[in-house]
Amino acid sequence: MSEVAAEPVPMPAKRRGAQLVMLALAVLVVMGAYANVGLAMDGAIPSGMLTYGLSLGGLMLAAYLVLAKFAPWADPLILPLVTLINGLGLVMIFRLSESDSNLPSARLASPNSQLMWTLVGIVLFSVTLIFLRDHRALQRLTYTAGALGLILLVSPLIPFLGQEINGARIWIGIPGLGQLQPAEFAKLALVIFFAGYLVAKRDVLALAGRRLLFIDLPRARDLGPVLITWGVSLGVLVMQKDLGSSLLLFGTFIALLYIATQRVSWVIIGILLFAGGAVLAGLVFDHVQQRFEVFLNPSDPELFDRVGGSAQLMQGLFAMGSGGILGTGLGQGHPELIPLAFSDFIFAATGEELGLTGLMALLMLYALVVQRGLRTSLAARDPFSKLLAGGLSFILAWQVFIIVGGVTNLIPLTGLVTPFMSQGGSALLANWILIALLVRMSDAARKPPPQAIQNEGMTQVFQR
Amino acid sequence: MSELTLLLIRLAFLAVLWFFVIAAVGVIRTDLFGSRTAPAGPRKGVKPAKPVAKPKSKKGEPRQLVVTGGPLQGTTINLTETPITIGRANDATLVVSDDYASSRHARLFPQDGQWIVEDLGSTNGTYLDRSKVTRPTPVPLGVPIRVGKTVIELRK
Repeated sequence: MSEVAAEPVPMPAKRRGAQLVMLALAVLVVMGAYANVGLAMDGAIPSGMLTYGLSLGGLMLAAYLVLAKFAPWADPLILPLVTLINGLGLVMIFRLSESDSNLPSARLASPNSQLMWTLVGIVLFSVTLIFLRDHRALQRLTYTAGALGLILLVSPLIPFLGQEINGARIWIGIPGLGQLQPAEFAKLALVIFFAGYLVAKRDVLALAGRRLLFIDLPRARDLGPVLITWGVSLGVLVMQKDLGSSLLLFGTFIALLYIATQRVSWVIIGILLFAGGAVLAGLVFDHVQQRFEVFLNPSDPELFDRVGGSAQLMQGLFAMGSGGILGTGLGQGHPELIPLAFSDFIFAATGEELGLTGLMALLMLYALVVQRGLRTSLAARDPFSKLLAGGLSFILAWQVFIIVGGVTNLIPLTGLVTPFMSQGGSALLANWILIALLVRMSDAARKPPPQAIQNEGMTQVFQR
Repeated sequence: MSELTLLLIRLAFLAVLWFFVIAAVGVIRTDLFGSRTAPAGPRKGVKPAKPVAKPKSKKGEPRQLVVTGGPLQGTTINLTETPITIGRANDATLVVSDDYASSRHARLFPQDGQWIVEDLGSTNGTYLDRSKVTRPTPVPLGVPIRVGKTVIELRK
């Protein structure tokens, strides 16, 4: 008899060792990138490399220990992948701040504050893992989360609290601390709400109405939730001039609706509704219309010279073009020429220095994180975690698609952060919490079934 | 710093970046090609002793429980020695949110190398293939068990 056949039932392994190795590798890659920047720009290894490398390594070790203690069965890859993406973001911001030009992209890049936010992000990651022992507790907070999400979403509109920066009213000022983008946290709360709501209502929403060609249309009276979400996301678009969050919100709802009901008709209805809304908004509102013009004709010289025109998009495209297949090398390009190279356009800046090869690797890293999330969703043992894990991984993928698509002019450019890379505290914190939730759910999904201790009697004691 | 060194560093960095991606894919390979690793028991050094220690496992034994229908479709649970409970209660192994399922609906447990399904006094009953489960019944491989809207089966 062969060994395989005689082996006990296969169990998903914990694979803590693999995780530690991958984590160390991620930190080493980031340190190598720092060294590369220093060697190329000053001809010497930057003095800060050890500080950055050791602090990132220390942070990740702490996160690893928390994870090993409080979520031992969690997926071994999520943390190392995110570490590398976050680290590459840190390196790019460091590199931009090192360039000796006086352009805003070089002046405003602040690697130290980003490192500080990473620290806070890891702390929040750990706190979430330590205090949220069972993610199903969130299911009880469905409507609370929904209300919280809506409040966070509209909070920038409140006079005195909200602030308008760069034409988008998506910030709230916290006295003494600076600004915060509440929409980043709102999206987490809203995914929890959507998941909880759809677990309860999916049977109704999956009911088929009339059949048209190949698809079953839902009944007209079940359109309520979709229309409400559509209204809210259009409201965000119009009131806050935030195309990105609007698209993110509505897309996530449609994706969850599809996961919950498995009906293609909802996706089609969603796309039609959003397209209709966007076209309408484009006709009525100037700022949306401008985005469309830039999207359709970015190389038009007149648009290029206009304030808020296609200049930044074109600079990003030029940068990626000069990067080519292999890139100019870290520290050897001129990504500081791209406006907002440290936030919205960090993908283009990375593209210039690492080339197509590097960008593909970066996209693969995102894809792997999303794959792990969807795998968690597939393996989850209760409907709420299935939807929540699916929704959280979708929102991550969707966010990457919207911003990368925008920067490469595949879709109209919308101001969204590149998850884990862009400079900015709110997004980083919210995304680390998102990762903590995914880790928590993957722990629950991969854990062997609870051991039942059988007594002689009828009572079963479940040990978790 | 000479151009050549920088070029080499650049290529090396891209190579390392891709090495990381490939290493990551290697870690999840088990996901794609089925799990052959089974470090749940003793590790390598003890391996040769194992066939003797576990002589009763046979080739035809089910290894996985797969949800083939209903809202949880796609979920798989690896079978161990421990019983599996199905129901709406939060402490069930497989939590179904289904108006047609009871909170403690059914139980699957191993006995002498066979898996037995037992109805736990559910309102709407548990069905093995077409017939209602009234007493603990052995479950053959690949035969659907129906609990409310959820359909599960055992697979190798």
